[in-house]
Amino acid sequence: MEFLKIKNVDKKFLNQYALRDVSMSVPENSIYGLLGPNGAGKTTLIRIINRITAQDKGEVYFKGQKIKMEDVFRIGYLPEERGLYKKMKVGEQALYLAQLKGMPKREATKKLKHWFEKFEIQGWWEKKVEELSKGMQQKLQFVSTVIHEPELLIFDEPFSGFDPINTNLLKNEVRELKKKGSTIIFSTHNMGSVEELCDHITLINKAENILEGPINEVRNRYKSNIYQIEFNGDPDKLDTSLNHNYEILERKTINGNNAIRVKLLHHTSKNELLSLIIPVVEIIAFREEIPSMNDIFIKAVNEYKSAETPVS
Amino acid sequence: MTILGPLLFGAIVIAPAWLANLEDKQVKKIAVIDSSKIFINKLPETEYIKFNYLQNTRVEDIKRNFEQTDYYALLYITHLVANTSNSVVMYSDQQPSLSVKSHISSAIEKELEQQKLRAQGIDDNILQTIKTNINIRTVQWTEGGGEKESSTELAMIVGYFGGFLIYFFIFLFGAQVMRGVIEEKTNRIVEIIVSSVKPFQLMMGKIIGIGLVGLTQFGLWVVLTLIIVTGAKPLIAPQMTTPAAQEVKAPSIMNNENTEQAMPFQETASQQSTEDLSGNIEAEPIFNALEDINFGLIIGVFIFFFLGGYLLYGSLFAAIGSAVDNETDTQQFMLPITIPLILAIIVLVQGISNPQGGIAFWFSIIPLTSPILMMARLPFGVPTWEVMLSMALLALTFIGTTWLSGKIYRTGILMYGKKVNYKELWKWIRYKI
Repeated sequence: MEFLKIKNVDKKFLNQYALRDVSMSVPENSIYGLLGPNGAGKTTLIRIINRITAQDKGEVYFKGQKIKMEDVFRIGYLPEERGLYKKMKVGEQALYLAQLKGMPKREATKKLKHWFEKFEIQGWWEKKVEELSKGMQQKLQFVSTVIHEPELLIFDEPFSGFDPINTNLLKNEVRELKKKGSTIIFSTHNMGSVEELCDHITLINKAENILEGPINEVRNRYKSNIYQIEFNGDPDKLDTSLNHNYEILERKTINGNNAIRVKLLHHTSKNELLSLIIPVVEIIAFREEIPSMNDIFIKAVNEYKSAETPVS
Repeated sequence: MTILGPLLFGAIVIAPAWLANLEDKQVKKIAVIDSSKIFINKLPETEYIKFNYLQNTRVEDIKRNFEQTDYYALLYITHLVANTSNSVVMYSDQQPSLSVKSHISSAIEKELEQQKLRAQGIDDNILQTIKTNINIRTVQWTEGGGEKESSTELAMIVGYFGGFLIYFFIFLFGAQVMRGVIEEKTNRIVEIIVSSVKPFQLMMGKIIGIGLVGLTQFGLWVVLTLIIVTGAKPLIAPQMTTPAAQEVKAPSIMNNENTEQAMPFQETASQQSTEDLSGNIEAEPIFNALEDINFGLIIGVFIFFFLGGYLLYGSLFAAIGSAVDNETDTQQFMLPITIPLILAIIVLVQGISNPQGGIAFWFSIIPLTSPILMMARLPFGVPTWEVMLSMALLALTFIGTTWLSGKIYRTGILMYGKKVNYKELWKWIRYKI
């Protein structure tokens, strides 16, 4: 089921498009990666979902209904540029933010105590925010984002400012939230964490949605039929065994073993390739090269650029 | 600030009176060397100023060991005193107080005047009878055809105080709104909050919240100031009552005209009579004048203009706060807000001296200055339609500025690192959000 659907959304700032005919649908209980270069329009899209700004055209559907102001109570939003009232006490502040999201005070206090323990910041309740380290403040912000157990969570660069240990802690929390049933939109430039966490992605570039789909499908779409073979034996023999259906891209050694990268041409299959080389050399490893999200990101953005160039 | 405010207010009221009190309580002995021999034993003494007339002494004799004597000053009058104005010198090891100086100079002037009149052959009886003292009693005709005792001075005080308070409140708490908005913006907490509430709600919440803080603090100040001033009143009782007594004296002097005329040294006489009066003031006239000022109306109107003015300027301050990244950038936008306020406070002085004048009228109608100027005019009596018009315009304007500020605010709070000018603000107003 579609949890959140964005349909043909336009947003203009005077004569500049911030979003142009953007559509995407976020499946329920998924982690959805919202990717794109700086200034592509991701933050604008997130703000539209959060009802901070309104679109010029198009619709946003929240669980099948047009999104309403009350729906923001069911959304938890961790903005990229985030901060807290520095002079306020940690506990007071977390309570205030929870109450802003419509939580009763008693319940909020109870839940906060629990989260504070989990994140090992329980001793900081009475301290002022300015006394906290940056990492602690980030934890506090994460807690205030999820405290009201929203059905939809939007994290904009959640890991910036975290050390590897806390990043891991947070990643586990994100997975945990998914397990509990939340739908998560996740915007980041860290492609490693996208591969690790996301089920679906959307790539926005220059105000337009240029790539969308389940992450495995997207990666398969960008597969280039390149295989890496690690083997024991004479590389020249291998060369001669391959016909015009295969193109050798690179010869190298991996851990003292010979290796080649081969591209399959003319719809040949990997089984055919294997059947050709098995008699010739001893195969140690055979692996298809699946492009990383990093490569896909760069490739997609560059393709878009070159497609656009002749027009302009 | 909550406690300090009234203490400071109290201090402002009490300190000058207390200081004057301190000085006056000290008996000042002044040595007089009078070469002209005109003034010997003729200078009027008061409770705190005493004269000691020295014969056959030279200025140098006193000067040499002035510090050993208990004299406050040495007054040297040359024999040319009747002809040249620079022939009186006061020596002292400190700067003599203004009150002492003016007491002496007026005494000498009076004495010389009388001498000269006598020299022209006018006898003492005539001299006494030509002394006159006019105090104008002001009576206001009411709509019902009756007469009311009024006090221009009291109206001026109430008007000035009301106008100034509004000015003070707008500046103090308006700037606080601005700082609050800037804080939220630079803290970057604002985006978290506007994901829960609408930017307009956040802005109005800030303005109303600070307004209520302001009102509470202000109420506290008024109460505490009253307590402090009342508590300290016995300490400075004569000084506190003197100005009031002088106002009250208006009718009483009319009644006692003849007896007063008969007294020599008019000024001293009137001072003494004031001091006599301060003991048991005839309270009735001042209460009449107080009753004449419709405090119910003034307080009601005051609260309206107080809040209206604050809301108008508060929303503008909020818009400025949202447009900048830090307080130092506020300067260029502050100017157009500050100018009408400063102008209003300048015109305020004009307004209380000529409340029906053209400038006062227009400034009390134009919404940017009306909260201050209308308060200044109100105690003098303002036609109802003028008050209504001014109120209606103010209400319309603050709705307008709030709407406009809301538009600037919702864009501004999420806009960082941009050099904002008026053109940019205009763009923001036109953004459809």
